[in-house]
Amino acid sequence: MTALLSIGGVTKRFGRVTAIDRLSLDIHENEFFALLGASGSGKTTLLRMLAGFETPEAGAILLDGKDISRMPPNRRPVNLMFQSYALFPHMSVEGNIAYGLEMERLAKPEIARRVGEIMEVTELSSMARRKPDQLSGGQKQRVALARALVKRPHLLLLDEPLGALDKKLRAAMQLELKRLQHEVGITFIVVTHDQEEALVMADRVAILRDGRLLQCGTPHEVYEHPANRFAADFIGVMNFIEEDGRTLALRPERIRLFPERADRTTEGRVTARAYHGLDLQLHVETPLSPRPLLVRLTADAADRRPVAEGDTVTLGWNDADTRIFKD
Amino acid sequence: MAPALLWLTALMLVPCGLILALGFFRRGLYGGIEYAFTLENFALIVDPLYAGIFLTSARIAGTATLIAVIVGYAAAYAIAAAPRHRQPTLLFLAVLPFWSNYLIRTYAWIVLLNREGLITQGLRLMGYEGEPPSMLYTEGAVITGLVYNYLPFVVLACYAPLARLNPELAEASRDLGASAFTTFRRVILPMTLPGIAAGAVFVFVLSIGNFITPALLGGGRFQMMGNLIYAQFLTANDWPFGAAISMVLIAIMMGLLTLQAIAAERGAGERREGANG
Amino acid sequence: MADRSPATRRSLAVLLAAVFAFLYIPIVTLVALSFNDGGLPTAWTGFSVKWYGTLLANRDILSAALNTLIVAVISTAIAAVLGTLLALGIETRRRRGRALEALVFAPMIIPDIVLAIALLSFFSLLKFPMGLHTIILSHVVFNLAFVSAVVRARLKSFDWSVTEASADLGAPAFTTFRRVTLPLILPAVIAGALLAFTLSVDEFIIAFFTAGAGRASTTLPMQIFAMIRFGVTPEINALATLVMIVSVTALTLSQRLNKGVIAP
Repeated sequence: MTALLSIGGVTKRFGRVTAIDRLSLDIHENEFFALLGASGSGKTTLLRMLAGFETPEAGAILLDGKDISRMPPNRRPVNLMFQSYALFPHMSVEGNIAYGLEMERLAKPEIARRVGEIMEVTELSSMARRKPDQLSGGQKQRVALARALVKRPHLLLLDEPLGALDKKLRAAMQLELKRLQHEVGITFIVVTHDQEEALVMADRVAILRDGRLLQCGTPHEVYEHPANRFAADFIGVMNFIEEDGRTLALRPERIRLFPERADRTTEGRVTARAYHGLDLQLHVETPLSPRPLLVRLTADAADRRPVAEGDTVTLGWNDADTRIFKD
Repeated sequence: MAPALLWLTALMLVPCGLILALGFFRRGLYGGIEYAFTLENFALIVDPLYAGIFLTSARIAGTATLIAVIVGYAAAYAIAAAPRHRQPTLLFLAVLPFWSNYLIRTYAWIVLLNREGLITQGLRLMGYEGEPPSMLYTEGAVITGLVYNYLPFVVLACYAPLARLNPELAEASRDLGASAFTTFRRVILPMTLPGIAAGAVFVFVLSIGNFITPALLGGGRFQMMGNLIYAQFLTANDWPFGAAISMVLIAIMMGLLTLQAIAAERGAGERREGANG
Repeated sequence: MADRSPATRRSLAVLLAAVFAFLYIPIVTLVALSFNDGGLPTAWTGFSVKWYGTLLANRDILSAALNTLIVAVISTAIAAVLGTLLALGIETRRRRGRALEALVFAPMIIPDIVLAIALLSFFSLLKFPMGLHTIILSHVVFNLAFVSAVVRARLKSFDWSVTEASADLGAPAFTTFRRVTLPLILPAVIAGALLAFTLSVDEFIIAFFTAGAGRASTTLPMQIFAMIRFGVTPEINALATLVMIVSVTALTLSQRLNKGVIAP
């Protein structure tokens, strides 16, 4: 597969701070790609370089084989959905969406047709004449998306697209974004600090830290085979056991209670117990680590063998479920 | 709260109400006021003699407002584009003259524009040998003085909406394919216009009602509404006519502010309409 | 706007420099001339402070300065108290009518000349003798409006729960005001008062119309106006420099105390 976007050795500094450090990354046609990182990891800077609002000091950004790193934002076939949505408050929904097409100097009927189409897809037709301040958060988000999509960019960048929405709406919109991406067939790059969001939506995830690429792979790869301790800690929840100068990483859901057969077992005392509906989480003090191990049991497993705080339990797991990091 | 309201009522509301009434009275034979209802004072305003003065003062005030708004907007834009930590200082420096003595600021221009003033000196230094140019006591001098005095006010009025503007809006416009100029014309200007219009109204009203600048820089050759009012009260002794002119001045201000408010509201009105559809 | 090119940035800086030059060259010229020995703008004949000397020997100017000080201090003091109470009154009211807002806002936007002739008509119809006291009464009108505007701006971001906390801890209403509310808004009150003081020191039109006849109540701006009408004299340059120094000091102090008074 050839890369649609090829980032090669890109570096960006702000004064003495290196925001992006010799970063290279390939993104394929039609991919839903997530840039994941904490604040200050450089993910937003990278996105702004792709959109054209920052210029890299070194390296190249090739889109369809052409270097676009010095091209002004209004000439790039790349569009950005802003975190704040950045809807023009003095224009209607329709006006906001048409704006980008007017910049391409398309004929009026053509603009009207494409605006109508995208409003159908994003279910905005009924509010075409409203102004942004009359829309709910979810509606604003759809306008911002429609405004960028209507230009049929080669690449759509989304900066924390669901950041401003409440928890329930986020979950729904994660799937909605994925559906839309399939429907329009445009490559999406999403920036997010929310690892769960990245895992749910993306075909591939890149983890950034201090301006460098830590790991890049499918959600399954980065979750099950984290490349290093930081990635392991950053994605999902992980137990760490230090022994013999190495670190053993173990997901809470891979630990079983009173196992019949396991590669390793240990005794422990339950210090805390929290019910989460779908699962039960236990803190278990063991001789293996100074911090209690976190254990996640399905509701089913928990029902079969009820435990209480203070109980002594046996924990067990298989070696195949652990990751080992040196240093 | 009550003492302050009482003070404002006794020394602002009542006197202004008095002016309102005074405009409908007749001028006494030897100055003074004859308490008989009349519309003569307002008829006098549309008299060609005075109407001409009003038109001239409107032209001068209009020109000054236009220049002040263009220059002031550009300066405010430049301040809003400066690094964030420098903006407060720049703005403070731009606005500082506005709060200092008006007479002195106007006088400074006499020093500059005088026949033997600094500008003439400058020209001489550059080798100019002819007659000193007559700059003082011209319409240009009056306009310069008005622009000079009200420019800081315009900068302040324009800066507020520019600083409030989310910079991502301009970025979004660029991202959607607009050039820098198109972004300015279609996003930045329309969003900052209502505030600027309100500022412009004040500059216009303060200019048209001015009497110091025309008196000092215009040498009394240019009468503005302010000079007319001044004259009715202090020399011509026709208080009712002076009161009538003041009412016109206030009416112009209220009218322009209402127009501005309606224009600003229209956007909001469209929004409400959209909500029903 | 991050994509602004260096060229754009440079031209904006040049433009700003030009505007500042336009704003400050006239003032700087005045100040420089006040130290010119010859006193005329035609030639620099050496540094001298002799014009400040003549100024201090001019009894008319000294008495005008004293009058201005009296007017500014008394009207500012009254306005500081009334304006603060007004601001507190308005901001603690639950419902604020448009009429009230307009009344409080009006003194700041009415053209000076209109307020001046209105007050003149008012005082003379009442046959109220005019002098320094009428100037003071009149100056309080706009001074209190400015003080209350500054204090109100401060109160907008005021966390009223601290006064509830004070009441909860057993303080009676007046003690709460004295120990909690007032100390918190005091910088704004002083900043507003400094602004009012400057406005009062510089105010010409209203003073001119409400001073009554006779020289006894001539204020500094009235004196300056009379001098300017005679033409350019070196004494005015010196006087103007001193007045500017007073204004700029008061304004800078005011801005320091309460950011946003002069410029946000």
